[in-house]
Amino acid sequence: MRLFDTELKELRDGIMAMAGVAEDMIELTIQALAEPSPAKAEQVNLLDRKMDEWELKLDQQCIDLLALHAPAASDLRRIASSLKIIPELERIGDHCCNIARRVQMVHPPILAGNDLEQLGTETRSMVRRAVDAFVGNDAALAQAVILSDDSVDALYGKIYRDLLRIMLADPLCIERASHLILVIKNWERIADQATNIAEEVLFILEGRSAKHPYLRGETQD
Amino acid sequence: MLSPTLPETKPIKLSVRNMAFSYGEKKVLDGLSLDIHAERVTAIIGPSGCGKSTFLKCFNRIHEVSSAVNVSGDMLIDGVDIYRGGIDEVDLRRRVGMVFQRPNPFPKSIYENVAFGPRLFGVKDRATLDGMVEDALRKAALWDEVKDRLKDSATGMSGGQQQRLCIARALAVNPEVLLMDEPCSALDPIATAKIEELIFELKESLTIVIVTHNMQQAARVSDYTAFFWLGKLVEMGLTERIFTTPRERMTEDYITGRFG
Repeated sequence: MRLFDTELKELRDGIMAMAGVAEDMIELTIQALAEPSPAKAEQVNLLDRKMDEWELKLDQQCIDLLALHAPAASDLRRIASSLKIIPELERIGDHCCNIARRVQMVHPPILAGNDLEQLGTETRSMVRRAVDAFVGNDAALAQAVILSDDSVDALYGKIYRDLLRIMLADPLCIERASHLILVIKNWERIADQATNIAEEVLFILEGRSAKHPYLRGETQD
Repeated sequence: MLSPTLPETKPIKLSVRNMAFSYGEKKVLDGLSLDIHAERVTAIIGPSGCGKSTFLKCFNRIHEVSSAVNVSGDMLIDGVDIYRGGIDEVDLRRRVGMVFQRPNPFPKSIYENVAFGPRLFGVKDRATLDGMVEDALRKAALWDEVKDRLKDSATGMSGGQQQRLCIARALAVNPEVLLMDEPCSALDPIATAKIEELIFELKESLTIVIVTHNMQQAARVSDYTAFFWLGKLVEMGLTERIFTTPRERMTEDYITGRFG
């Protein structure tokens, strides 16, 4: 294997490892929120440092590949997109920390049903599939991830409206509900990050930007 | 660099249709069809032996000087066939100038190198010649460096200066097309950058076709890129597209260095 291909594979492996940490953080966040578990919330915080370390390391790898190998075509697209995927993953870590620091503030639960858990698991699934699409060069999967974002957005909207109703009905719930609004907003942002990663995967594989379809006369955005 | 979304506004200067070329029995180019636009830089890339230099030479029939060749199909300049359109070879070579891989100045003075072409075409008046020499040297971005030593031998110049002198020599007869066969392969990065800058300026008034092995150079200087393989055109398009999203797997493999 050429040195360039070896280094490109190292970059891909690094992004997979960083995504693995992100998925661990999401899983721990879901558990920390449900139990609630301050210990697991603390673990999320500790893992965030790893994400930051990965970000610096992988950014440098991308810059080195660009500077030393002057890549073209799909190699160039892969490295340019990696430079965008890396901060998306890092932001996912930050959002997990934002949720984790509120695990005790949203208990005892004020929401009926399991919408909150579902929002977490749907978001987790989007991130996992976006990473799988990146690793497996799977355009169909990336496209599916982008479509999933509507479902997460709808669930977010529903929970948000429920929380407004709860606050109106019982002012004693306002503090917990306010924290919950921030929790669900962070989940919704993580789903956006998964969408962005999936868009980058489509750019790598197809060479055209999947962002902002409305600018191309398509309706969804 | 041209925008992939804007239509081409420059007319077609050189047009090739179903063109084939052979040295005796050996077929070097086959089934080539492509258009080259005026005032644009078109880069020809491809592995050694793919026929890119041969293709370049077909445009001013310079290969006919040394060997028995056979050209079929159409090669047109401004719509007139280069081979069958009754164009005089010497006039064709004035209209279609060429710069080679290694600088090849004549063992004469700087002035005489540039004055050579105009003299050949009958310019005798000293003042007119002086003006043409200065003009060509200015266009080749060499005037300021040599204006005080025009009588010095050209062979004493640096490699980069010699190559710019060869460009000035080609420009002195007011060509419409400039063919460049790996013009920077013998030059250091600074001299290369000067030639590339010059290409950028010259395309304001000239059609430039450049053969290069340097992918980055093709990407930097050209508006269009054509990829040749085994005497055939694999793909041609806007340079920006070829280097980001080539359509053919073979082009992708070549420009990413995975060919063969």
